[in-house]
Amino acid sequence: MKYTKEHEWLRVEGELVVVGITQHAAEALGDVVFVELPEPETQVAAGDEVCVIESVKAASDILAPVDGEIVEVNEALSDNPGLVNEDPTGTAWFFKMKIDDLAVLNDFMDEDEYNELIG
Amino acid sequence: MSDLKRLALHDLHVALGGKMVPFAGYEMPVQYGLGVMKEHLHTRAAAGLFDVSHMGQVILRPKGSYQDTALAFEGLMPVDVLGVAEGRQRYGLFTDQAGGILDDLMFANRGDHLFVVVNAACKEADVAHMQAHLSDTTEVIAVTDRALLALQGPQAEAALARIVPSVAAMRFMDVAQLPSGYGELWISRSGYTGEDGFEISVPEAGAGALARALLDMAEVEAIGLGARDSLRLEAGLCLYGHDIDTTTSPVEAGLTWAIQKARRAGGAREGGFPGAARILRELAEGPARLRVGLRPEGRAPMREGTELFTHDGTALGQVTSGGFGPSVEAPIAMGYVPHGQAEIGTTLQGEVRGKRLPVTVAAMPFQPTTYKR
Repeated sequence: MKYTKEHEWLRVEGELVVVGITQHAAEALGDVVFVELPEPETQVAAGDEVCVIESVKAASDILAPVDGEIVEVNEALSDNPGLVNEDPTGTAWFFKMKIDDLAVLNDFMDEDEYNELIG
Repeated sequence: MSDLKRLALHDLHVALGGKMVPFAGYEMPVQYGLGVMKEHLHTRAAAGLFDVSHMGQVILRPKGSYQDTALAFEGLMPVDVLGVAEGRQRYGLFTDQAGGILDDLMFANRGDHLFVVVNAACKEADVAHMQAHLSDTTEVIAVTDRALLALQGPQAEAALARIVPSVAAMRFMDVAQLPSGYGELWISRSGYTGEDGFEISVPEAGAGALARALLDMAEVEAIGLGARDSLRLEAGLCLYGHDIDTTTSPVEAGLTWAIQKARRAGGAREGGFPGAARILRELAEGPARLRVGLRPEGRAPMREGTELFTHDGTALGQVTSGGFGPSVEAPIAMGYVPHGQAEIGTTLQGEVRGKRLPVTVAAMPFQPTTYKR
């Protein structure tokens, strides 16, 4: 698992990169009540706002971590946004991306580096 | 947060795992370990304890007769003060010359004087306002050595009655001054969640022990400001500075129930409050706009500041409070729209992140209230 400064996790699944938010991010957001997912088959650039998460407190964005194509989104989150709090690093993944070169993931933090970031 | 004031129970909030945030000049717990959603649902299911000590407590002590003080107080509000019986509390609001709302408040007839509770952000201005207008008849005394706790929910009575048994006999909006092991408690059967419950003014010296005693009871949990906000929103209650302020009149805000007959046209003490010309005219003719309840379709909350439109794109107004209602399990909001768009069932559009989404004007409260009348 790799991690971004925006508190997203990235997991390689075959040719795809699965993206979600970390336990730390889910706790900071509070109870999630609404998730807006992107359309599948969307080309995105790193830094694009691709999802919206609304918690009881506020709205926040999930950014595309890398350039690529969103090929699948987790529709379960639309019906049950609370999954983000229950299982942020497992069943509550947000989307899967196809990217040109999985090697770009090496630029992101590993677990130790991320734990250091959140201190 | 060095410029912020601390509550008398600050250390207790921190010990309970409260997440402290700035609010109205104070460090306040926005939530505890349960989180906003569970705290909200716990309050509706059992009992929640809120520290609202940031609010202003004020005694209005007559220099002459109680009646003179009550009548002078009526000079600041479109409210029947004189008609409030001893041992009873009423909702009031200070208006300005333009008919806007300076603050909303609770006041109680305690026999030989009045006890007033005002919003934290307004309390200094309110005390100055009262001193400026009531000093001929009344001594205005800010009470600064007492905490204020709210115990809300269906099991609030059972919990508080273990400490002060006589509260079980109180009805909604009754007040009483009762001795206890924590000092004299000033209790009202009221609150701001839509639930039955109590607000308890307690000497600061006894406040921590009283809070601990309540929190030690199985049905009571500490509840933060986050859930206080979602609870009051579900109950359709206004938050000063958001849903009401000097730009909104009581009639626009749908608070006409707070303007009793005695102060209306033809009443025994008609007018005689700041902004009476506008407020009496709006009572007679209807206001140009009204505060309404709003139910967004789907799950996306429409938060404060969301712009409202008709289907053909005419701008109508804004959401003044909005979020997710944990008990109604849907997004809810309130806001102002022109009179012609205010009928329940009218479908409007609210702009969320550049998209216009359907939203329906709905009855309030969103969640039935359970006051013990």
